Formats: sequence, C-alpha cells, structure tokens
Amino acid sequence: MKPPGWLSVPWMRAFLALLLVLAVGAVWHADGAFFRWNTHRDMLRQVAVPGILACGMTLVIITGGIDLAVGSILGLCAVTFALLTIHCGWPAIVALPAVVLLGAAGGATSGTLVGRLRVQPFIATLALMVFARGLAKFIAGGQKISAAVLKPDGTFAYVALPPVFQHLDARLFGGNVAAVTLVFLGCVAVSWVVLTQLRYGRYLFATGGNEEAARYSGVPVTHARLLAYGLSGAFAAVAGICQAVQEQQGDPEAGVAYELTAIAIAVIGGNSLAGGRGAIGFTLLGALTIGYLEKILSINAVAQSSRLMLTGVIIVAAVLLQRRQLN
Amino acid sequence: MPDPSKPVLKLSGIGKSFGATRVLHDVDFDLRAGEVHVLAGENGAGKSTLIKILAGIHHDYDGMIELHGSAVRFVSPAAASRHGVAVIHQELSLVESMSIADNLQLGREAARGAGWWLNRRTSMGRAVAACRELGLNLSEADLARPAGEFPVAVKHQIEIAKALTGDVRVLLLDEPTSALHHGEVERLFRLIGCLKTRGVGVIYISHKMDEIYRIADRITVLRDGRRIGCGDRTTCPPATLVQWMIGRELSHHNRSRSVGSASAPVALTVTDLRVPHRDPRRPDLVRGVSFTVRAGEVVGLAGLQGCGASELLRALFGEAGGVTGTMGLGGDPYRPSSPREAIARGLALLTADRKATGLVPTISVERNITLAALPRFSRGGFLQRSVERGAARRQAAALGVRCASLAQSISSLSGGNQQKALLARWRETGPRVLLLDEPTRGVDIGAKHEIYERIREWVAPGMAVLMASTEMSELLALCDRVLVLHRGELAAEFASEGVTAEKILIAAMGEQPQSDPPFA
Repeated sequence: MKPPGWLSVPWMRAFLALLLVLAVGAVWHADGAFFRWNTHRDMLRQVAVPGILACGMTLVIITGGIDLAVGSILGLCAVTFALLTIHCGWPAIVALPAVVLLGAAGGATSGTLVGRLRVQPFIATLALMVFARGLAKFIAGGQKISAAVLKPDGTFAYVALPPVFQHLDARLFGGNVAAVTLVFLGCVAVSWVVLTQLRYGRYLFATGGNEEAARYSGVPVTHARLLAYGLSGAFAAVAGICQAVQEQQGDPEAGVAYELTAIAIAVIGGNSLAGGRGAIGFTLLGALTIGYLEKILSINAVAQSSRLMLTGVIIVAAVLLQRRQLN
Repeated sequence: MPDPSKPVLKLSGIGKSFGATRVLHDVDFDLRAGEVHVLAGENGAGKSTLIKILAGIHHDYDGMIELHGSAVRFVSPAAASRHGVAVIHQELSLVESMSIADNLQLGREAARGAGWWLNRRTSMGRAVAACRELGLNLSEADLARPAGEFPVAVKHQIEIAKALTGDVRVLLLDEPTSALHHGEVERLFRLIGCLKTRGVGVIYISHKMDEIYRIADRITVLRDGRRIGCGDRTTCPPATLVQWMIGRELSHHNRSRSVGSASAPVALTVTDLRVPHRDPRRPDLVRGVSFTVRAGEVVGLAGLQGCGASELLRALFGEAGGVTGTMGLGGDPYRPSSPREAIARGLALLTADRKATGLVPTISVERNITLAALPRFSRGGFLQRSVERGAARRQAAALGVRCASLAQSISSLSGGNQQKALLARWRETGPRVLLLDEPTRGVDIGAKHEIYERIREWVAPGMAVLMASTEMSELLALCDRVLVLHRGELAAEFASEGVTAEKILIAAMGEQPQSDPPFA
C-alpha cells in the first residue's frame, strides 16, 4: 500500500499520532470529562515537567547523543531549591538562577566527558545519573526538604513556604492555565531559538549528522556538545524547580526514570535517535501525545498496570509508524 | 584438475548503467584455472563495477556470466560465495574484537548438538588447518587473539584464508597491496603462487606496474567502461599497457594556462614536511617534502594510491598529528592545529571521501553549502537566514548544482551534484588556498568538466590550488605544474609544457624520470 502524499511530511505524521490519541479520548470520554477544559488544563500541567526534560533531551539527541542524567539532576535541583529557599531563606531571585546554574554545571560535566574525553554518551550520562542521585540524597540527608523542619530535640517546627512556591504553582488567566505550563512553553521557545536561529544550533545538527565532516568544515564540535548537554542540565534544573513547587518540597527521589519519559516524548514526536535531524516542534507534539494518552487512561480509571503496558505498546507503534512512512 | 584451456569464468557482453550513465559497455573477460589475470585501468574505468557484479553486489546488468560453462547470475554476495567466487575488497571485513579462529569460521562455525553448541576444539583444529594450508605461520595462541591486534598484512592473509574456506574456484583481489609493506607484498605473492598451483583462478586488480608484471599471466585493460585490450604478459609490454590505460588522445590534451604565474606572489610554502604514521613502527607517510604554490597557480600532486598526497593535504589543513617541517602562507608562518584554524587562515580542503568527511547527510543542500562559512551569516550568534539563503542560492547557481530545491536533503543528489555542493561550501569561505583531494572521484564526465571550468575561473583572480589526483587526464587538463610523490617523497616535478601521462606514471611508480624508461 502506498501512503498518501501528505504523510511524507514528517509534521503530518507527528500530528497523526496526536490526532489518533485525541480520537481515542473523544470516544472514551469518561462521561464528558474529556470535553471539559479542566481536564486539558491538568494534562498541560502534568506534562510540563517531563516536557521540559524532553526539550533538553531533544538538543542532545540531535547531536547524536543521549542524556540519562536528567531525572537525577531534576531530583538534585529540587532538593537544592527547597533547601536554599525554605531552610536557608535565600530570596527566589538569587535561588532560581543558582539552581539553574547547578543543573547547567551538571550537564556541562556530561558534555565535557562526551565532547572532550570521548566517553560514550550513554556511559557518561549513566555515571552522572548515579552520581547526581547520590548527591541529592547526601544534600537532603535522607529527608524530604519541606516546610517541616526537624529540630535537634526530634520535634518538627513548621516554617512558612516562601511566596515563590505559590507564584510558580499558580493558575493564571482566571485559573485556566497553570504557571508551569507557561514555563514549559518558555523552554520550548528557548530550544526553538537555539535550534533554528542560532549558529550553534546549526552546529548541533552538523555534529549529529556527520561529526567528521563537521570538524573538517571548522565546526567546533566539542563546544557544540558542551552546549547541548549544558542546556539539557539547565532545563532539568528548571524541571526540578517546577517539581519542587508542585510538591511543595524537595524530594531526593524526585524524577526517578523521568529520563525515559523524556526520551519517549522526543522519539514519539519524530526525532531520530540516530542524530542530525529533528525539531523542537516534534517534541512539543510528542509531549501532547504522551500527556493526552496518560490523561485519557487516568480519567477512564484504567489500572496503573494496564496503563504502563499500553504506553509501552503505543510507543513502539508510534515509532514503527514513523519509520514505515519514511521509506 | 580442471582442463586449463577452458575458462573457469567467462563474461560476455557485460553492460551496466546507473540511471542515465552507462558505466560498462559490452565487456568480455575470461579467467582460466590456475592463472592470474590482472584487470587494469584508471579510476572510473569500470573495474570496481565489474567486480561488484562478480561479487553479487550489482545484479541488474546486461550480458552473461558463465561459470564452468553454465550460465549464472549472482543475486547476492552469499550466492557468489556459494558458487565458489571469493572477493577480497579493499576494505577488510574482519570483526576486530573476535579471535582469528572465530573470524575464519564466522557463519560456518563448527557445532554439535543439533547446531546449538559451539565446538571449540574442532573449530580451532579447522583454523589451524586452514592456516597451515596457506603457509601462514600462526600458532594456536595467535589464533585465539583478537584480529584487531594484528598488522594489516596479517589481517589481509586471514581475510584471504577466510575467503578460501570451502571450494573456491575464483578469487578476486581488489588492490590488495595498497596498505602493505614491501616484505608483506612478497608474502602475498607467495600465497597467490600457492593458490595457482591449486588451480584457483585469480583476478588481480592493481595500478602498480611492477606488481602487474611480476604476477600477471594475462592482462586486461578497461577504459571508460570498455575493454580496450587483453594480452599475455609477454606480448603486452608496459608501453602498450600505459597507452591502453590512458588513451592516446590524452597525451596532448588542450590546456588553458594561467598567464604570468611565475611572477605572482607565493601563496603557500612547504619546507621539509614530514607526516608520521599513526603507528610509530611504520614508515612516515610524508617524508621531507618541499615546494611552493603561487597565487593563481594550479599545482597537481600525482602518485599512486598510498603515495602520501592525501596525508600531505590533511597536514596542511591541521588534521594530522606529529607534523614536522615548516609551512608558510603568503610569507607568514603557518602551523594549523585544527581545520577550524586552517579555515580562518584562508584554506579550504575538499576531502576525497565525500561520505565520511564531506557530506552532512541529515541536513539540506543549502545548509551543507553554508556550513563552513556560518560565521559570515551570523550576528551576535544569531543566523541571518535570508543572507544565508541568498549566498547558498548564488553558490549553487555558480557551481551548477542541479536539484529540485535547496531545501531537499543533500543525500538525495547525484554524486556529481553532491561534489559541486561541497565545492560550493568551500568557495563560500573565500579561500586563498584551495586544497583538493581527488576532486572528481565518483563524478560523471559532464560534472567533471563543469568542475574543471570552475577551478580555472577561480584561479584567474589569484586563488592558489593544490590538487591531489590519481587521474592522469585530470592532472594534465588542469595543472600548471605537477609534483609526483612516490612513497611519501617528492619523486619528480614537471612543468605543464612537455609533461605527459607516461612521464608522470613512470615517476609515480618509482622509476628514475631522467633515465630512459625501459620500454621506450
């Protein structure tokens, strides 16, 4: 069977997957729940954190790499942010950039290992994933960092949550849009600028497409990798902050296995793990697809076990669909 | 023993086209048992296409192949191998991390228990027997070591041993000595001699005269996809062979020379340049080469494969380690540490291997063209897309890149158009010195001539060009001077007046150019 012409456009294929999921939602709408804006608002709120991670993942995947450390960096940054703002009393204006810098430094470590020391991306980021998780637990002292502060005598004292928690977890526009959704869209916008407007964005594609040819053309491939992994780390920090404000605490276990969701989002949208091609728009579509899928399964009260199995099947189906049409 | 007078393998009227380009025209060829039949010809003559047909890689050809008198058509490499046709390609195909014994039997492992369990002892025994048969001096301990630990020469012999497991009647060797030492070549020749006595027919592809005349029983020459001649070694002296290979008309090719280049300023000086081999036990790749290139001049680097020309160009482009000697650009000292630095100093290098070091296949034609000149199109790190697009369009038009849209993927273009797009990439950087490594490899005749035209245009206002090529006609058509390299050393230098393909070829093969050639 020859596919129709419009399916040869990658964008159309990414849209098709989303439309199929939406159609499923329109059929199994759980007594009209799927047609209420609140459902969509909540989906957009829930998909924000993995979506932000997927933005960074997309940049790294385009260079032909992979970043397994984003979930752990999210946890580390959530703990650090909670600690700095709740316990140390840092003002948000200082704590926010500090935590983002911490994440960027983590990513830059992967970037240096991969770009300069030629460690395979899978190994380098796997090592950082384990290290950052350990560091998060070390900083948190095995506790969740929340408004309940453990006193030396063993009792808890409750301190007020700083206002940044309310501001970032707010619902805006008459309660119709979550603030973290806007943060996610901001990250999509930053990635779009990097990939399509900056010279370095072009270097990411060239590095992933053919590193040798890029080097012969004077492309600074080491720096391009450093930028991709550094930005991925910074996005993971932003996701960590969003996670902390939503949970109102810094949990050292936050973000476990989120890197896999981020990869799934990037790939389901149509980015190729082989590197050298891709777009942030694919990732946005992938985030919506995964987000709606989760939401539809949850409003229909599908058991967690079936949900996981279904998600696995759908990821494979979506990726096979993409490839079938490419030939 | 098969009847030696009847051919083992007979090809009649073989023709092959790629798209609209016909690369083989009605080629006849035959191979007798126990003979070495050399297939010679310039690059692009159609040798590799013919081999790929015999190896089962191309199977949509015209004409007929007969093996032992019955017609065959190999639809896959496996089919060719089943029929007893073994091919040793230039690139070796050993799994470097596996032991030699395992490599020798890859896909034919000795097994027991319904084929599920490996039988290591039988396997080692077979490997030992295979090596002994070919006279290879490898102990059992050696056979258990990974293939990657051995020098190229040994790997080559293992590759042959692997190809010869089973009942092999025809062995194809594609330029087997290009990566070998002198002593290693001797061993290979002994091995071939041993195969001849076993009645194996050997098709041997080579550029090197001395080799051809040592090993050949018969010689067939291809040029432009046609069989030009075939003869016994004794009835076909080197002079005839050279004439067949290059064609008479090329010796007086019309050239358009740049005028007054002798008074033009020097663009590039190279003094006593040495490039070591990555393996310090091997001889240097470039050994003490000195020359200059003037602005507006096209200087050719001629030589056989492995003569060091590519390595010389890479060293000039900052892509070689441990380089000694001095280089200068327009009078200033020059010692690049990376291609990035070389580009910033006004150099450009069109590499020989388009796929490995040229194309970025995942991005568009436009973005491939502008890749090396991106700093020109960005302000504060932001790309100025309209300026970029305009430049790409201008370069594509100037080079005559034919494509439906500049937004299409570069991998969808033909070889000639890909090469033009890569030339456009380097032209866009505005180089003072353009280095070209096999600028028309895998490019059809039409695109070739367009590329020559552009190069002539560019040198007129003062660009200097240094071009490595193994194609005589190309060197003769373009160059003001030709430097000939032999085993990394400068063997001869010719001005455009009076140089002929014969003279270049003789110098490239390591004969003294001033002495009379033995076959003149």
